[in-house]
Order: sequence, then C-alpha cells, then structure tokens
Amino acid sequence: MNSIFAKRRERLLATKAMRDSYVPADSPLKCPKCGQESGRKELTENLYVCPVCGHHFPVGGYHRLSMVLDPGSFRELNEKYPAGDPLNFPGYREKLAAAQRKTGMNEAAVTALGTIGGQKCVVGVLDSRFMMGSMSAAVGEKITLATEYAAKNQLPLILFAASGGARMQEGILSLMQMAKTSAAMERFSEKGLLFISVMTNPTTGGVTASFASLGDIILAEPGALIGFAGPRVIQQTIGQTLPEGFQRAEFQETHGFVDRVVPRKELRDTLEQLLRLHSKGDRK
Amino acid sequence: MNELTAAQRVSIARNPHRPNIVDYIDALFPDFFECRGDRLCGEDAAILGGVAMFHGRPVTVIGTRKGRNLKENVACNFGMPGPEGYRKALRLMRQAEKFRRPIFTFIDTAGAYPGLEAEERGQGEAIARNLFEMSRLTVPVIAVITGEGNSGGALALAVADRVLMLENAVYAILSPEGFASILWKDSGRHAEACEMMKLTAPDLKALGIIDGIIPEPEGGAHTDPETALAYVDLALRRNLAELEKLSGKELAARRYQKFRKMGAPAPRKESGASK
Repeated sequence: MNSIFAKRRERLLATKAMRDSYVPADSPLKCPKCGQESGRKELTENLYVCPVCGHHFPVGGYHRLSMVLDPGSFRELNEKYPAGDPLNFPGYREKLAAAQRKTGMNEAAVTALGTIGGQKCVVGVLDSRFMMGSMSAAVGEKITLATEYAAKNQLPLILFAASGGARMQEGILSLMQMAKTSAAMERFSEKGLLFISVMTNPTTGGVTASFASLGDIILAEPGALIGFAGPRVIQQTIGQTLPEGFQRAEFQETHGFVDRVVPRKELRDTLEQLLRLHSKGDRK
Repeated sequence: MNELTAAQRVSIARNPHRPNIVDYIDALFPDFFECRGDRLCGEDAAILGGVAMFHGRPVTVIGTRKGRNLKENVACNFGMPGPEGYRKALRLMRQAEKFRRPIFTFIDTAGAYPGLEAEERGQGEAIARNLFEMSRLTVPVIAVITGEGNSGGALALAVADRVLMLENAVYAILSPEGFASILWKDSGRHAEACEMMKLTAPDLKALGIIDGIIPEPEGGAHTDPETALAYVDLALRRNLAELEKLSGKELAARRYQKFRKMGAPAPRKESGASK
C-alpha cells in the first residue's frame, strides 16, 4: 500500500521538477559565465551545473526538492496557499498572474515534508523565477507555517534562500515578514531543533536580513551572491568599483558568515550528514 | 492636518529641525549615561544608546542619530547604522533584560548603511539577529518612529510591544525615491510612490502595522518642539503603564502574536452573516 503512494509521490515531484527545468530539446542553454552550450539532458544529469566551468544555474523550487529529497518522500505543505494583494497595488495582480503562468506555482515559495537519507525533515525553497523570489506576505506566511509545522512535529528544518529581497508591491507588509519569520525561528530554536539555511544565488535584502541568516548551520552554493544591500546600491554609495568576488559565497565564508560553500553535487550528502550529526542517536 | 498628502508628510518627516534622539534624551530622560561599542569590534555613532531615568525609574534608551548640519551628519553617518550599531543596540537590550528595565527605541533613519564595510561585517546578519532576539525580550519594548523609518534598518529596532509613530512620521520598506527607482526605473516619480506605498501613520494604523499615533503641533514637530516632546512623553508614559501590568512571559507572547498576524489570512469567519 505505502509503496504505491510513495511511487505516486515520486512521479508527482518528478513531473513538477521537469516542468521547472524545462528547456526545449532543440535549444541548448548557454552558460552566462563561460559561454558553453549544454543540452537539457546533459544539464539535468549534471544537476544544472555547467560541465565546463562549474557555474551553478538557478533551479526551480520543485526541481530543487527533487535533487535533495529521497524519491517518493515528497509531501507538499500548504500547496494551495494563495498569493495576495494586500495593498491593492495597481498592476500587481497582472504581474502575479504572469509569474504564475510562467512557473506553474502560486507563489515564490514551496514547502514540503520529506526525508533525506531516510531522515525526516521539513524543506522550504524560494524560487527566483517567481518575481525574483521576493518576500511577499504569502512567502513569509508559508515559511512561517513550515517552521511552525517543523516545531510542532520536532523535525529539522532546511530552507533554500533565493531572493532579490522585498516584494515592492506589498510594501510594509513585505517588511513585516522579516520580523514574523525571524520570530518564528526564535520559537523553533527554543525547542532545541536544527535549522539549516542554504543560501543560493541570489540571497539579498530582507531574506538575508531575516531567516536566511539565522541558521544553526549556514551553507552556500558556489558563486552565490549573498548580501543585504545590492552591489549596484553599494557602488553608488561609495562611488568606486567593488572588488572581485565581493559578496559572493566564498567571500561570505572567509568573512565568517557561512559555515561552508558546498557544490551542488555534494549538497544532498552534506545535508544527510548534518541531519545525522544532529539526530538523537542512541541518547535517551 | 489630515489634508496633508503623503509626499508632504515625507518632507516634514525629513525636516532637519524636528526633534532628534539627542533632544528626546535631553527633554525626557534625565540622568542619561551613554553606553558605547558593540564589544566585538567597533562603535557606531549612528546609534546612540544608554541608561537613563524615566519618571523615576531606570530605563534603556536607544535611537538612531541624525545630525542637523553636515558636520554632525558626517560624524553620525547621516543616521545610517552599520552592523556595529545594531549589535550595540542588541547588547543594550540584553542588558535591559538582565536588569529588568523597559526599553524605548527612537527611529529616524533613511535605512541601514549600504556600504562595503557594513557588508563585510554582516549587515544582514546583524539585523536578522536583532529581529530574532527582540521577539523574545521579557521587558516592555516601546518603539517610536519620529521621522523616517526605512527598511530593515528601521525594523531592527522596532520589534516592539507598542510601535508608535509621530503624526507626520513615515515608515516604509525603503525610501520613496528608491521605491520609484526599483519599480519604474525613475526616482523622479517619488511623489507618486509616496501615495501608493501606504507609509503615513494613519495608513499604517489602518493596516494594523502600528499601534498608535502621537499628535504633532500644527505644521509639524519642528514648529513647536516643546509641545511635540510633551505629547511624546505622555504617550510613552501611558503605553508603559499599560505594558507594565503584563508579566514578561505575556509580553513576549503578545508581541509574537502581533507580528505573527501581519500578512496572515484573516481568521475564518463563522458561516453565515458577518458584521
């Protein structure tokens, strides 16, 4: 019985992931870093990392989940949670509808229950294809609900950040999601549970200045842009060019804000190791 | 006063002659002792904080510091704090918790400083840590937005039991100029942005983001600072008296619930008629 459902869930996630990463077979994807053109099959096998220079392409929410969760373990949380327009902002509904058509998602966050190496956990992913993964009230709410679900069920939490920052069209409500998600992390942490934050390209603005920086363990993908203020704003402020590699994952590692930069190929195993190291083990 | 446009309020909120943190401390908090430094690497003059008396009891006061002229502004980085400032504020809040002192924060900032060194030292982490820690404080926390409160740089001092705004203060995700430049690639459209952003005190009160509005004298706080300061004093006293009736645990629980509800769907109504 159980295995039938597991098979079904596996197929469901695979289908959703495929939609995320859909590249027409006849149009290869060009690496923005080295110019190498790669086909869909080759890239999928290589976890959307350029085979020549190692550039990490962005991946969609479901695709990301399919890369880390054990096959058949995926169960989406709050799948139907709707996007909103709290300030009745002119033109915003059309923008949301366009993003929904493009990605097949309701909002920029996907949250799920699953296992990694047989260890149960709650995983949330921000999707940078949906309005730059910006923090809307719905995104903040989904992250908070996932955190509360993990707290209630005593499960570790893993969140993949990919965000340009605030959702302008939701103004102050977007800002308040920083307070809400950070407070939810505090309550979660109080219970002695593990939160792993994975920063992917880009992690900036209000997401950096809230839950993404509050992980017990913070990992980052190679080359990911990580910071509070964006490089353009900083450049305008200081009036000089920024040093090579500024605000990249490796920079954040050497400045003490990331535990380790982990290539995508090693990410699943690293998460499995971290879950194991934080398990109760034989302790009573 | 109600006929003022949002753009007019932004301009009043930025008036350099409005009372600033130094004026508030001088007028309302006798016996002030300034505490400096984050105990990690630096001191940030963009945030001023310390211990003082408030109507006969010790309290912690923390505020962003803007200057009145170029010289003063250069000294305090135009009121834009870096991570050292936020970490100093957190250090003072932890001390307030230890000594069971209520905390007052005063906010008037264009935002957290977007500079190279600020990023190197973890501006994002510093703000996040404040949000995290403020949510669990068990002493009363009252935040007053006195001028402009922009971005996470303002929120990092505003996870409070009571968030109050002066009548002409503004509170927003970022400056209207920045907003217009991100959304329309045209910072010249900031007046339009002001109207759309819902950044005035009455708008934010209606949205449930802030808890109270402190009146200003006709024309703005700068026209009659003495009266403005008296209004603030009264509001602080009233709100503190209400909060002091609650236990520390209750304070933290209610503060959490207040922010938890922001942007969450309204509770489902019972079937049938709604009022």
